[in-house]
Amino acid sequence: MAAVAHEAHGHHDDHGHHEESFVSKYIFSQDHKMIGKQFLMTAVFMGVVAMLLSVLFRIQLAWPGEGSDFVSFFLGDTWAPGGVMKEDMYLGLVTIHGTIMVFFLLTGGLSGTFSNILIPLQIGARDMASGFLNMLSYWFFFLSSIIMLASLFVESGPAMAGWTVYPPLSALPQAISGSGMGQTLWLFSMAIFIASSLIGSLNYIVTVLNLRTTGMSMTRLPLTIWAFFVTAIIGVLSFPVLLSCALLLIMDRMAGTSFYLSDIIINGEMLTNHGGSPLLFQHLFWFLGHPEVYIVLIPALGLSSEIIATNSRKPIFGYRAMIGSILAIAFLSFIVWAHHMFVTGMNPFLGSVFVFTTLLIAIPSAVKVFNYITTLWRGSIIFTPAMLFTIGLVSTFISGGVTGIILADAALDITTHDTYFVVAHFHVVMGLSAVFGMFAGVYHWFPKMFGRMLNTRMGYAHFWVTIIGAYGVFFPMHFVGLAGAPRRYYDYSVYEQFDLDSYNMQMDLNIIITVFAILAALGQLIFLFNFFYSIFRGPVAPQNPWRGTTLEWTTPVEHMHGNWPGELPTVHRWPYDYSKPGAEEDFIPQTVPLAEGEEEH
Amino acid sequence: MVTKLVILLVIVLGVVAIAQLMRVYELSSKLRNKNEAEISNRDNRFNAAMILFFMIGLFGSLIWLMVTYGWTGRGPAASVHGHNLDWLLNLNFIIILAVFFLTNFLLFFFAFKYVRKPGVPAFYYPHNNKLEMLWTVVPAVVLAVIIILGLKSWNDATDEAAPESIRVELFSKQFDWTARYSGADNTLGKFDYKATFDGNQWMTANNELALITTNTLDTSIFYMEQAIHDMEVLLNNTDTVLIPEVREKTMTDLTRKERLVRLLHQMRERHDPAHDILAWDDIIVKDTLYLCKGREFEFNFRSKDVIHSAYFPNFRAQMNTVPGMTTRFKFIPDMTTEEMRAIKKDPNFDFVLLCNKICGAAHYKMKMMIVVLEEDAYDEWMRIKVEGIKDENGAWLKKPGTFRDTYFGVEDAVVVPEVMVSDSLNVDAAMVDNGAEL
Repeated sequence: MAAVAHEAHGHHDDHGHHEESFVSKYIFSQDHKMIGKQFLMTAVFMGVVAMLLSVLFRIQLAWPGEGSDFVSFFLGDTWAPGGVMKEDMYLGLVTIHGTIMVFFLLTGGLSGTFSNILIPLQIGARDMASGFLNMLSYWFFFLSSIIMLASLFVESGPAMAGWTVYPPLSALPQAISGSGMGQTLWLFSMAIFIASSLIGSLNYIVTVLNLRTTGMSMTRLPLTIWAFFVTAIIGVLSFPVLLSCALLLIMDRMAGTSFYLSDIIINGEMLTNHGGSPLLFQHLFWFLGHPEVYIVLIPALGLSSEIIATNSRKPIFGYRAMIGSILAIAFLSFIVWAHHMFVTGMNPFLGSVFVFTTLLIAIPSAVKVFNYITTLWRGSIIFTPAMLFTIGLVSTFISGGVTGIILADAALDITTHDTYFVVAHFHVVMGLSAVFGMFAGVYHWFPKMFGRMLNTRMGYAHFWVTIIGAYGVFFPMHFVGLAGAPRRYYDYSVYEQFDLDSYNMQMDLNIIITVFAILAALGQLIFLFNFFYSIFRGPVAPQNPWRGTTLEWTTPVEHMHGNWPGELPTVHRWPYDYSKPGAEEDFIPQTVPLAEGEEEH
Repeated sequence: MVTKLVILLVIVLGVVAIAQLMRVYELSSKLRNKNEAEISNRDNRFNAAMILFFMIGLFGSLIWLMVTYGWTGRGPAASVHGHNLDWLLNLNFIIILAVFFLTNFLLFFFAFKYVRKPGVPAFYYPHNNKLEMLWTVVPAVVLAVIIILGLKSWNDATDEAAPESIRVELFSKQFDWTARYSGADNTLGKFDYKATFDGNQWMTANNELALITTNTLDTSIFYMEQAIHDMEVLLNNTDTVLIPEVREKTMTDLTRKERLVRLLHQMRERHDPAHDILAWDDIIVKDTLYLCKGREFEFNFRSKDVIHSAYFPNFRAQMNTVPGMTTRFKFIPDMTTEEMRAIKKDPNFDFVLLCNKICGAAHYKMKMMIVVLEEDAYDEWMRIKVEGIKDENGAWLKKPGTFRDTYFGVEDAVVVPEVMVSDSLNVDAAMVDNGAEL
């Protein structure tokens, strides 16, 4: 690795100012900053698509059976005759919305973007350990995104078995139209996505371990880097399991094997598959699926730790406890997966073990929350848009976290399992927290990424519309779920036949939810406009706009190969020397040596 | 088409308009020498105030939802363990609401209170081991309580059913439910999916639930061999030319059926006719599931095709139905339909069994009505299911519904027995009320 670093260094010295062609600079770039931006752009596009899908199915839920020009505009006559979407397309939209949001926006987009941009910049490296693998990781991601989007346009519709694609539904094309070509594309897209994620993660791990600059010990790493590092390790350990899970499903679909299938008669066809178990799929899926939650969440928590310290002008409270809690969460995330399966027919005793391990996760999570709150205490808080989104993140992490306690309790999960209560829970704790973290990251590091500033006022408007919309969507959704409404229902007309009270409540709340969802979606237009406008026309950024201590703010605003002109910076202190008594300024960059008699925190 | 064009035009013009506004804003901020990185005190104080308003709004809206939709928003439980689970949910809700209000309050209040004030530096406070211990230990203790109570309820709910509990099987397929009561011996007959067959023009009997008896095994072998024969004739007929897809599909089907029939023969060899009675006295019921207040029901769940989930929201029970395996759940209904209607003040209310695992396009319509009866009414319903009702001439008013009766059909009775029809009238009225078929 030293050789690679040396090579990158030498490369910089020799060709520091050479002109790059358009293709090598913007398309097949091996520069981590450009790759990070490529991830971000792709993820923003995928996020917009997924959000649009959610608006479409929210319209169906709020006004079932009413024709809508908006729905007809996007789905056309085949999938929405008269502007009313078909039952199976509804399931297709739900499935692809979930898949894109979880994997393409919050895994590829969040960890891909910020790991790439921040790891070399914050540890003082010229680039990633392998620029080529990094490029490969992006292009695999791009390819899988294209395949996933293409699956929306196939004749039999996209995958429709929910984002968890449980077989036999996803294995048998006779069971639902989306389990034909759409499901095949879904599986291939995911297989490529996993390859991308693995290559990326290995690169991040190697880079963090080997390419830290002089003085940058592991305990002087910013919490962002700790978060990306641990996330990458979780990814490397769990994504291969999802790959095998997907490959076995591909084989059941195409090679006639019976890993997940047993004793099935579908549409009058008696199949010969025997001995397989759908529960095997669920175990394999959730062995990734649960760590995936933390793959999504931990980078967001890392970003927010950095932003909350910078903008409170205070060191993050309990730096070591924060690292410890990330590690504890990462470890526990591997032994809780079956809490998704309490009522699937799994042995109830096994269920009790998972109740125990799952509830343990609440402890490191609580530590993180209280540490954030204590960081705010007696700070000198500056409300940049990034800071607002971070506070939003802590709030949603709390609000979504506490409902997790209900769901982790197997006895209470009996009635809440697969209802809207679950949907509300994970959207708040994972979806909103991670999205808020991502927005916070974009607002905070935009000057580093594009050398320009985002408009602050628009940032404020974006934040307030988003958080009001988000809580407006998900607070009522908890109540829909507690009242017993199952998820993935095309409409709730069935309730009219047996419980009018419940039916009326659901209709009321569903309309409220949809109105807020549309509001929140419109709010994102402010962001999109601000984002693209500022890339080209925003005011030029100063070198260290937020007066941060970490190394990325010591690089020149203009991007260059190798990040630093001349020598790499040397690190002398931890990254959180904000408002240190005795210092002139309210921040001391990591590159400043300890003063005479000064103690490192 | 025109509307779509207009919409697009409006969007484009809107973006252009905002872009122009941005330019004006930029020019004016250049004039005022404003820097995007410097957040003015005015902006800071504005956001701090907004945070406080937001917190009040957030708490207010939650309380409003709870008041409007009744605490946790679910109706009363109608099963014995359901009351215990609701108690546990309430306790957990109190704990999580306390945590929610406290931590969100601290978060928003600190954010509001410690907004930057010129001249007031932040307090350098990197760590405090005592505080960190405090918020590790306190959640751990609270969680210990939650875990212990939760596991106790979970063990009770998933424990073995008592031997005398009524055994019922719920069979799921796209997109309906079928119930099978275990009959007089309270033992469910054995099943194997290969023994499934539908009636045809020669024989109306069908074996949708794939129950195993000597007769059903013989019949399914007969049908299967018939089908194999037909396919072989079709494939070997030199006079017809099959479309390649049809030929391929037929060949696949033929291979499958040949394999299945071999297995059926093996099963027939091993079959002990003494077990037939286990299946013959089972009672198969569609549309409405009848339960008895105060008696324990042990449900076995099966699926014919994909995963479904048997979800009884009112009884606080749920279990997935998985093809290839049997799952189980038990509960004791403790409220009749009539009692629940009185409590809910809704004469049209009914208990229901829903499907709660995505199972196909019509997933949202898959349900079965449930009627809970008092003990004597339930027994009467069951008696009629087993014996049927005849009029004074011996003609069937209501044919008996055991598997044997529905499979072979019931002869119109020649003998005229005395039947006390009046006894069943009460039940009858209740049934008709529910639109159910006896």
